[in-house]
Amino acid sequence: MTDTPTTRHIPDRLNSRAVRIFKSWEALLLAVAIAIFVVNSFASPYFLNVWNLSDATFNFTEKAMIAFAMALLIISGEIDLSVASIIALASTAMGLAMQHGAGTPELVAIGLTVGLLCGAFNGFFVTILGLPSIVVTIGTMSLFRGVSYIILGDDSFRGYPSSFAWFGQGYIYWVFTVEMLLFVIIAIIYAVLLHKSNFGRAIYAIGNNPTGALFSGIRVQRVKFILFLLTGLMSGVAAVCLTSRLGSTRPSIASGMELEVITMVVLGGVNILGGSGTIPGVVIAAFVMGLVTFGLGLLNVPGIVMSIFIGLLLIGVIALPRLWAMAAARRKA
Amino acid sequence: MSALKKLTISFALAGAMLGAPAFAQDDVRIAIVAKALGIGFFEAAAKGAEEAADELGNVEIIYTGPTDTTAEGQIEVINSLIAQNVDAIAISANDTDALVPALKRAMQRGITVISWDSGVAPEGRQLHLNPSSNPLIGNMIIKLAADHLPDGGEVALLSATTTSTNQNIWMEEMNAVMGNYPGIEVVATVYGDDLADKSYREAIGLMQSYPELDAIIAPTSVGIVAAAQAVVDAGKVGQVNVTGLGLPSEMAGAIESGASKSFAIWNPIDLGYSATMLAYELSQNGAEAAPGAEIPMGRMGNLSLDEKSEGAMADPFVYDASNIDDFKSIF
Repeated sequence: MTDTPTTRHIPDRLNSRAVRIFKSWEALLLAVAIAIFVVNSFASPYFLNVWNLSDATFNFTEKAMIAFAMALLIISGEIDLSVASIIALASTAMGLAMQHGAGTPELVAIGLTVGLLCGAFNGFFVTILGLPSIVVTIGTMSLFRGVSYIILGDDSFRGYPSSFAWFGQGYIYWVFTVEMLLFVIIAIIYAVLLHKSNFGRAIYAIGNNPTGALFSGIRVQRVKFILFLLTGLMSGVAAVCLTSRLGSTRPSIASGMELEVITMVVLGGVNILGGSGTIPGVVIAAFVMGLVTFGLGLLNVPGIVMSIFIGLLLIGVIALPRLWAMAAARRKA
Repeated sequence: MSALKKLTISFALAGAMLGAPAFAQDDVRIAIVAKALGIGFFEAAAKGAEEAADELGNVEIIYTGPTDTTAEGQIEVINSLIAQNVDAIAISANDTDALVPALKRAMQRGITVISWDSGVAPEGRQLHLNPSSNPLIGNMIIKLAADHLPDGGEVALLSATTTSTNQNIWMEEMNAVMGNYPGIEVVATVYGDDLADKSYREAIGLMQSYPELDAIIAPTSVGIVAAAQAVVDAGKVGQVNVTGLGLPSEMAGAIESGASKSFAIWNPIDLGYSATMLAYELSQNGAEAAPGAEIPMGRMGNLSLDEKSEGAMADPFVYDASNIDDFKSIF
């Protein structure tokens, strides 16, 4: 009649690490990316050419730079719809400075500073005045681009110094562009920031439960303000790259880019309501979007059909796992 | 993992449904790039390009363009055309300067690049095809009026603003050739500022001040429509002929009512045809796009290039009751 203590093993995780990775969103997205790559190589004989693939990266590198910062912002439960307009304003400011004789280092500094200031402007209204970010940034979306239109009107700035072209048109080595290098560096910085730092944990905490986060001693508004600054800064970086690549500034520059950036973030598995998402997901989503647009472009599919395809891709990739889970639940019942 | 499998299969199917395009590698592939897809003017130009392709025989036309009229969109299109190694790109540019780096790269890889309609800066293309030229337009606007006044008569000009560069140049060119039209007298020049209501009032004023007026020439698409409406409202259809430069879609009513016997504007079909012919000549027949060169463009004659390697295609195309129905749905 002696009690034998029964030891029960309680797993600290429901699935093993390998299974978790295998079943993750990123794995699904990666499979989609590989599938698109394979389909493209069969569909067009021009696809598997290193120079063509190198050219194709311009389709997404600038957008992805903003998407990383946007991912953090969305995970924290906010959004910034003004990023494309920040590009327009930063590019216009660089054009003005160029006309007054600024050299390449000054141009870059001005582009980044204007980006930061725009981010601070958004952050002020959201975190200090407590207005909803979607409303504030819809307003600044018109405001920032409006200023560009007032300054430039029907005109354009051109004649940037030739050394400035390095950012958007330069190559580091062989087919590897400067923008690709920036893309990789920025991806690593944001991955470390989100996944390996206290600041990153705070972002998740805020996105899941802002009140809880506040009572845990996280300075919620300050974290959000920094995220707006980062999004503005990244828009400034994208403005430098895009202006350098185009070699000119018009007020219509980058119009509509904000939606592509947000599509990229959501496709990357970031919950649009906040609280979850990863940087590797956004990286893969950037490649998926770049590969799809480039592949369809090679087949001369009209742009209108292309945007339909991107829309279907977004809905499909998001809906499929949900449908699958529903089917699985029904089978069990 | 069945979700993954399903997804992979559905993508493979989607890819297969896009179809393996027929690669006729012997064909000369000429890309006609529009400012944006879905604009009647460019669809008509594409029709002209197909006509040229039929005439040449071994040409495949790739008609493409971005969804919006942005330079970034056109650069993506240009990149994918470079990747496909097309033989020639003929583009109507959304931005004179922003396309230059991309088009330069195309030329470095041996692709013939020309611009048409809306030009690219000289370093980004081999030649630019203008639909017409200032002297040709200046001559055309007075000719349109004079053709219906064999015994001479009084005409008045209804322009845009006093500072509109294009209109002023055209009127200057018109004055330069007035000697060829004896008996035609320009009695007044008024400015409607390219506003419909002001143009309308100015046209009414002209008819009151000059009761003997035979024609109003409006070298602006806003003014010509307003003037035609004014003639109808004043009950002077048949007495005052409205002519000048206008869009077929907007002028169809004026032609029907008789307020305008004819007017002119570029013909997009001819433009697409000529652009294709020029691209073919440069890429296949070794034609050299240099200042002073003469390059054949099929039924449209020769293009002579000026010092900036630009050329004018032809006289503006005349639209009247006989052809307005074909064009009014196009642009």
